[in-house]
Amino acid sequence: MTEPRHDPSDLSPLRARLARVGALDAAALAAERIAVLGRKGGELTALLRTLPSLEADARRAFGAAVNELKQAFEAAFDARAAALDAARRAREAAGIDLTMPGRGRWIGAEHPVTRVIAEIVELFRELGFVVATGPEAETEWYNFGALNFPADHPAMDMHDTLYLDVPEVPGDRGGRVLLRTHTSPVQIRTLLESGPPVRVVIPGLAYRNDPFDASHAPAFTQIEGLAVDEGISFVDLKATLGHFARRFFAADTRVRFRPSFFPFTEPSAEMDVGCQICGGRGCAACKGTGWMEILGCGMVHPNVLSNCGVDAERFTGFAFGMGPHRIAMLRYGIPDIRLLYEGDMRFLGQLGGGR
Amino acid sequence: MNVSVNWLSEFLRRPLDAAEVAARLGSLGAPADAIVPLHAGLGDIVVGLVESAAPHPNADRLRVCVVDDGSGTRRSVVCGAPNVTAGRRYPFAPVGATLPGGLRIEKRKLRGEVSEGMLCSARELGLGDDHHGLWELDTDAAPGTPLGAAVPLADTRLVLDVGPNRPDLLGHKGVARELAASYGVQFRLPQLPGSGGGTMAAPARAGAAGATGGVAVRIEDADGCGRFLGAVLRGVRIGPSPDWLARRLEAVGVRSINNVVDATNYVMFELNQPMHAYDLATLRGARIAARRARAGERLRTLDGVDRALDEEMTVIADAEGAIGVAGVMGGMGSEVSAETRDLFLECAWFDPARVRRTRRALGLSTEASFRFERGVDRWNGAEALRRCVELIQLTAGGDLAPDPVDLASAVTHPPRIFLRPSRVAQVLGVELTWSEIERCLVAVGATVVSKPDDGRIAVDVPGWRPDLVTEIDLVEEVARIHGYDAIPDDLRPARPGAQREDPAFGRAAQLRRALVAEGLFEAAALPMTGAAADSVRILNPLAATEGHLRASLLPGLVRLVELNWASQVRDVRLFEIGTVFAQGESGAPPRETLRLAAVITGARAPAHWSDSARTDCDIWDLKGLFERVGALVAPGNAIVPVGGALVARLDGRDAGRAGPLDADAPPWAAPLFGLELEVQVGVGTAAAYRPLPVTPAVGRDVTLLLPEELAAARVTAELAGAGEPLLEAVAVTGEYRSGDLPGGRRSVTFHLTFRATDRTLETPEVDRAESRLLGMLDRELGVHRRDQGAPAPER
Ligand SMILES: [Zn+2]
Repeated sequence: MTEPRHDPSDLSPLRARLARVGALDAAALAAERIAVLGRKGGELTALLRTLPSLEADARRAFGAAVNELKQAFEAAFDARAAALDAARRAREAAGIDLTMPGRGRWIGAEHPVTRVIAEIVELFRELGFVVATGPEAETEWYNFGALNFPADHPAMDMHDTLYLDVPEVPGDRGGRVLLRTHTSPVQIRTLLESGPPVRVVIPGLAYRNDPFDASHAPAFTQIEGLAVDEGISFVDLKATLGHFARRFFAADTRVRFRPSFFPFTEPSAEMDVGCQICGGRGCAACKGTGWMEILGCGMVHPNVLSNCGVDAERFTGFAFGMGPHRIAMLRYGIPDIRLLYEGDMRFLGQLGGGR
Repeated sequence: MNVSVNWLSEFLRRPLDAAEVAARLGSLGAPADAIVPLHAGLGDIVVGLVESAAPHPNADRLRVCVVDDGSGTRRSVVCGAPNVTAGRRYPFAPVGATLPGGLRIEKRKLRGEVSEGMLCSARELGLGDDHHGLWELDTDAAPGTPLGAAVPLADTRLVLDVGPNRPDLLGHKGVARELAASYGVQFRLPQLPGSGGGTMAAPARAGAAGATGGVAVRIEDADGCGRFLGAVLRGVRIGPSPDWLARRLEAVGVRSINNVVDATNYVMFELNQPMHAYDLATLRGARIAARRARAGERLRTLDGVDRALDEEMTVIADAEGAIGVAGVMGGMGSEVSAETRDLFLECAWFDPARVRRTRRALGLSTEASFRFERGVDRWNGAEALRRCVELIQLTAGGDLAPDPVDLASAVTHPPRIFLRPSRVAQVLGVELTWSEIERCLVAVGATVVSKPDDGRIAVDVPGWRPDLVTEIDLVEEVARIHGYDAIPDDLRPARPGAQREDPAFGRAAQLRRALVAEGLFEAAALPMTGAAADSVRILNPLAATEGHLRASLLPGLVRLVELNWASQVRDVRLFEIGTVFAQGESGAPPRETLRLAAVITGARAPAHWSDSARTDCDIWDLKGLFERVGALVAPGNAIVPVGGALVARLDGRDAGRAGPLDADAPPWAAPLFGLELEVQVGVGTAAAYRPLPVTPAVGRDVTLLLPEELAAARVTAELAGAGEPLLEAVAVTGEYRSGDLPGGRRSVTFHLTFRATDRTLETPEVDRAESRLLGMLDRELGVHRRDQGAPAPER
């Protein structure tokens, strides 16, 4: 920390030192930075301190020159530091092969069927639906009777039912205890618990006495929906489900509705979408029809509403149901439903990434 | 339901394209599961005229025939069939032709005689079982005519998926009615080949008893049998059916048996009315009754099985006992045989629920029971009986005894339903005109009987539609015939529902995200298992291994780990969130709880080239996971060791367990660990801000000698609970075990963090606080600092 030995107004020695900054090594650079710009004894700092003692004109001219020089030094020091840093890193990197694999960590993923359910739920939330759930063991009344299944009718053959070794439940809403064959009993519970307006989606497991093979499982997911209010019609059914299909699949997905039969809806329909694999030209997946059956739906049968104490003259509604397991198989091209139950790490890893 | 496109086109009197028919039926609610072209492989076969058939010089059983196959060249054909006759026409496969079975016809020598082609039996062409000889063609077609052009072979079978509500579509007439509505054309019952039409007069309706042809007929079980028509035909000749009839049945997948049985089957497939023919000679006592079966009564049915009947079943009986199970199957003793001369024909309406119960009790589902269960036309038996008599007389002759009977225990009519067009508009969302509604109803066979002066119309529904019972059923018919495509699909605003979201769904989603972030994959095992304590049994499982509902998630996950091991996968990390079932209290339905479980085995992290040693997951990986997940599932969960495992204690009870698991592991597998926790819904602490420290902390390591039985957690708890104001945190940072340690075998290093929030701590202050804590440990636990001279364990 020495006083400048030369004329303090002569900036040329400093300018000469500025020119040499580009050649300094790391240690010299640090020392020079302190020598020139140091807060306590830096030469430029000292010159700046002399400014207040100068005449106004001289102060303006000299001040500008000193400040300009200060900025030039700062830039030069920074540039040199960056250059030295890059050189150091390059030196250090020599001998390291950065094409070698990076260190990993285990990555998990949700089940593909879970992701399908979450997406479906999300799309219906946008349309004002909320999630409802219910028990998987139900009485005959909730699973069949309330849903307008005629007692001992061939419609029951579509539901090979698993019964539980549990005493029959007495009362109007009782009967034998079974594993629900669809998530529709939750429609009944929702209607009983809160009358219209109703807008719910119901994800959950359903059970059938089906052999466990490539296309059947004795337990599988369903997601149903129910909307009941004044003024709901088949137009709303078509519009809501068509909107869903165009959001869930491609925006230009073709949709069609065909008559069908479910005891708890009338009129009933199946909704088909243009085959997602061949785009409608016909392939093995769609049996050459160009269409894929995606969901069953219909206008809620008046008997179902009456069974739940809802005025079926005043209120109408629609219901729908689809199988996330089946949709996951379509979406990912899974040939055998059992893969979705086997917890194979390789399988779950394959589907763990994208949508 | 198998449908013949040819048959349908006879109803509609126009050629039909199978694919278009399938599309139209699909849009009406009866999609085709399959479209099966029949006999497409007979293109090479032509009509061959046998001009002469001479004995083979070298073989007794063979003949050498000269065949005109239309080519201009006479073919020499060696034939072994006994029925080959000069002047008759047979299917002929020329040299180069391929038979449906794949056999390629070549020119060859048989016992020294050249044979240039093959005269075929029906069986060789895949057209039935008759292998008694050549198929003698009933045609005048010129030799060389393609077989398919000479006899009606080419047909297409549609396998229709018919809902249980539409029995009318189990007959061709019903399907034709739908198609006619779709095409906007008329349809009518086709004329039988060679028949001038049925001549049987409609039988007069009688009460519950009557007689025809000397047979007394009674309905004794009015509940089980609502209507019973009977006719007696005498002098029939049982024999093979004509080709057209055999082909037609074959087209719907039914084997031709004989002309009488085929006639009953034909009527069933045409009109959805099962018929039954009894050999009148076998009848005991010239009496037939529809009555309840008697206790202990038995019957050998047509399939040869001796069956025990019960009083809930309706049977057809003669004077001595049952001769048929009503609506299900006839008895063997009264079966029509080659010797049968006289017939009793039954055409009845049996109660659907009764038939359903009976066929289930007998484990015997037939084409007849399938139809009766769904409901045949109660009011149209006369048409079916007339058709069946016409067909039998056409193919087997016989004289119809006068006055067939038509018994009904009560007079009934198809229902009349009132339909409000305003209801149609309310449900469908479109205003349809009166005339459009009427058009749709008439198309399905209903009769609109009054005009809309009081805002509704009266509709008489047809007997073949037992599914049409209430107004909404008619609304559906209007929608179906008007066309679902014709209803618009404008997305309109809707009120939100009055329901609150079930929090369990979002809770499960939150836990899933956390476990995925832990590097685990979600699995979804089948929720059925073998027997386990307290598990709920399934009464009718398909497999014993799936005979119970899971009482716990872990066994299922362990099974999945074993499957992974079986695929040589060593590193497995799975979790599942799902319902488990426990026996309900005193006979109540099962208790269902939402649980979360996870299993980990194998490497702690993916292999990396920079790490030479591979470290497998151990109990500490499990405990860490258990602590994190346990806190997330319920913040109140306290993880405590019990035996060799860990338990999550919540409100004084066990809410979860974790520990090593037993499994069927290959020798190379790593140890397996698992955890299972109850998922608490609607819990969770609100996160809150606390000021971040602005003063520096001072850390001190103290290494303590712990007696073997003293848990480190006890020391931590004593330290944390000592009330030392400067102590901010305690952490365990090391453990050292050795027999050389004085006073015990174990030393544990605790890292103490001291801080004052208002000032920078001075060293003497920290020293005093540390001494206070060590003194407290000495007093409370008798624990001392490890001797300073011993080597410090380094981790
Ligand atoms: Zn396709």
